[in-house]
Amino acid sequence: MNSRHAVLGRIRAALADVPSEERPEDVPVPRDYRRSHTAPGEDTVTLFAERVADYRATVTRTDRARLPDAVAAALTARGAEHLALPAGFPVELLPAGTWQWHPEPLDVPALDALDGAITLAAAGIAVTGTIVLDTGPGQGRRALTLVPDYHLCIVYAEQIAADVPDALARLDPRRPLTFVSGPSATSDIELDRVEGVHGPRTLDVIVVNPTPLEPRP
Amino acid sequence: MSDRGVVWLGSPSFPDAAREALKDTQLRANLKRATSTIRTKRLAVASELDDWEELRETAAAIKRRTARHLDHYLVQLEESVTAAGGTVHWASDAAEANRIVTDLVRATGEREVVKVKSMATQEIGLNEHLAEAGITAYETDLAELIVQLGDDRPSHILVPAIHKNRTEIRDLFTAEMGHWGQPAPEGLGDDPAELAEAARRHLREKFLTAKVAVSGANFACAESGTVVVVESEGNGRMCLTLPETLITVMGIEKVVPTWSDLEVFLQLLPRSSTGERMNPYTSTWTGTTDGDGPQAFHLVLLDNGRTDTLADTVGRQALACIRCSACLNVCPVFERTGGHAYGSVYPGPIGAVLTPQLVGVENAASLPFASTLCGACYDACPVKIDIPEILAHLRAKVVEADRRPLKPQALAMKAAATVLDSPRLLATAQKAAAIGGRAIARKGRIRRLPGPLHGWSDTRDTQAPPAESFRTWWRKNREGDR
Amino acid sequence: MRIALFITCFNDTMFPGTGRAVVDVLERLGHQVDFPQEQTCCGQMHFNTGYRPDAVPLVERFARVFGEYDAVVTPSASCAGMVRHGHPVLAEEHGGPDLAQRVAEVTPRVFEFTEFLTDVLGVTDVGAYFPHRVAYHPTCHSLRGLRLGDRPMELLRAVGGIELVDLQAADSCCGFGGTFAVKNAETSGAMLADKTAAVRGSGAEVLCAADNSCLMHIGGGLSRQDAPVRTMHLAEILAATEGSGR
Repeated sequence: MNSRHAVLGRIRAALADVPSEERPEDVPVPRDYRRSHTAPGEDTVTLFAERVADYRATVTRTDRARLPDAVAAALTARGAEHLALPAGFPVELLPAGTWQWHPEPLDVPALDALDGAITLAAAGIAVTGTIVLDTGPGQGRRALTLVPDYHLCIVYAEQIAADVPDALARLDPRRPLTFVSGPSATSDIELDRVEGVHGPRTLDVIVVNPTPLEPRP
Repeated sequence: MSDRGVVWLGSPSFPDAAREALKDTQLRANLKRATSTIRTKRLAVASELDDWEELRETAAAIKRRTARHLDHYLVQLEESVTAAGGTVHWASDAAEANRIVTDLVRATGEREVVKVKSMATQEIGLNEHLAEAGITAYETDLAELIVQLGDDRPSHILVPAIHKNRTEIRDLFTAEMGHWGQPAPEGLGDDPAELAEAARRHLREKFLTAKVAVSGANFACAESGTVVVVESEGNGRMCLTLPETLITVMGIEKVVPTWSDLEVFLQLLPRSSTGERMNPYTSTWTGTTDGDGPQAFHLVLLDNGRTDTLADTVGRQALACIRCSACLNVCPVFERTGGHAYGSVYPGPIGAVLTPQLVGVENAASLPFASTLCGACYDACPVKIDIPEILAHLRAKVVEADRRPLKPQALAMKAAATVLDSPRLLATAQKAAAIGGRAIARKGRIRRLPGPLHGWSDTRDTQAPPAESFRTWWRKNREGDR
Repeated sequence: MRIALFITCFNDTMFPGTGRAVVDVLERLGHQVDFPQEQTCCGQMHFNTGYRPDAVPLVERFARVFGEYDAVVTPSASCAGMVRHGHPVLAEEHGGPDLAQRVAEVTPRVFEFTEFLTDVLGVTDVGAYFPHRVAYHPTCHSLRGLRLGDRPMELLRAVGGIELVDLQAADSCCGFGGTFAVKNAETSGAMLADKTAAVRGSGAEVLCAADNSCLMHIGGGLSRQDAPVRTMHLAEILAATEGSGR
């Protein structure tokens, strides 16, 4: 309590030049920056997919009907068999097959033994290629998307915000949030980015269109 | 000062340390390569945002508002963190912060902590203090791990091991990892991906078993009590998520008013620091969350010279620093000398203005002069800290603090001021310089200069002053015609 | 328009040719130039070295000597920057309200030479002829202090016969920095080595800039290396008419 008083007292003494009647909001903060750096009419979903892929994550686009097939294709490509399944994940999205779904609760050693985790997301950010997790339904505790080496994340197109300001406005700061932009990476050696350190070294993102995609030739 | 840390005791002055560093050609090559890589990336991603200047203006204004009402925002932060289940501690200086953290770790009964990279805990020398108390702190950021394994010092704010290249890191891992835990694999190569993999294996078991973590904070929102850590590797997430107890040490200047203010900083910081649109991982938490993450959260608010800095109306803007290190990467001095020459955990241009303010100018008197005032740092700074302005301001404080009247430099400056305030004396001095200079010149060039100017003349010729000054020419050629 | 030349103490003593060049160019463009003899120094050395109170009489002198002119032109970006940014600070910190007022009045009328030509006179072609290979070094005070931008290059591009060559890492500081080059001579020397290497690599015969101080530094390095590159203030190129017949 002493130090609290001392520090606050020193702050007030240091700010002797600030008029006592000045309120925080009296200090002007201009807000002339753009709410979004997308071009007018730009397809934010396509931009999101491109920007996520820039981090060397893999992005697939699908629609609701074909989502289980897309999940199956991703898991097959990665050879992932044992997957953490967060509470509240819609089981109808899971493909039929030999995959082992491990529901919560999962302790750390159990998570460490799995191949990966499949989750939904709370939001996406197009300009930065970011997915945001808020531990809500279908996302699991933070450890779920951290300990296993592979993360398969499903983002609905309508969840994708154009840019950071829009995304933050959609999120609840009282929940623990994790902003994920590509797989774990480091720039610590010669300031050159390399992917893959402590977090999941592989990130797959499936973007789901609300309306059916055109059948591909 | 002794209670504050920040500077490495016994460090030589900047010019002396720089002279030694410049001899290390490997270091020069490593620095040049790394800083030029990051400069190119930063420019590319900053230029993607056509409102970069407006974002900088807003960021500076938010920081200005916060600084001018810091007491208000800290009390608000304390309330919101407490309401969310956290515990807030106040630390006047490094010694007190170290004591608080040590006591909190002891109370858990643990003897090991995992650490997220944090400038604040570097500043206070927490690891050394914990070691004295029998507690081992494991640095988990790759660069901090490199520094710790090498019993080295950090040389950069963002990438503390920038002074080492891949081969040196490989050799270090091979030699040292086994002493701390999981050894490096046999035949480890120097590919950065391979080195990152070795770090993963080395630290994995620590992460999965640690009960206590220590972190810093990039931001804390007063309104919501939300604390933010921005990182890349996932070591931060490991520390913030898996242990039972989390202790965060945060400089009091890191508070921002609201959650939505982060929309500015989360755009500026990654682009300015690693040159990415967004860093791989940003974690935010508000107090504790039942069933997820640490169930005990302690936030230590650290003064340690920040209120002294706040009291200086010019220097206070340095508290806006978000530790992106863009100023280091563009600084021509840092690029040649590296960070160790600054003798402080805060190197580079921002270190040259922050360190003397945190510990007192008399304890870091050479740092404000460790710059050509070229201004590249100001242009790169995402929160528009006018570093050259503060440097010039602090130089005056250094001179003021060292008012030895017979100091040669002070005498010379006084004499120069007298001459320069008199056109007559100036003309006389010009004539003397012309005669003297021309007498020692050979073919119009002076090779060696005496006294304090010898360093200059080691690599530069000086041209002999011309026989006739401009004012003499003017009198002869123009005054007559009017 | 009453135009005063602020030669700066450094140019006055070491580079009088630059002052003559400024006078030549302005007279060629039909303007009369005054040189108030009471002028001395802007106080930059004292300001940047921390001896602020010693610089205050120089600020007072500057405001007194140049207060009556419509425009004050100086062939030094760093001294122009000192007047524009440093004098108000010194007047506020160490002078009375009267000095602050006089500084505020004179400061907006002080122009670096290329700024004066392009912004005030609206001229880019000053009728110069200089048939040489030239590189331009944007000094820190031109580039970041005064934000001269492309102005010097516009003027150079209009010079007859000139061949402009690129300078690698042109925006990097040369390492001069006033007393920095003395206090931190070795670090300054390391920066200088990179700058002279870039200059030599450019293939230029002449290196020009808007600050003689940086040119003296770079030129001193080139001279020590016996490099076949001359340094010249930009004004001297703009004043040149050699063999042009105009």
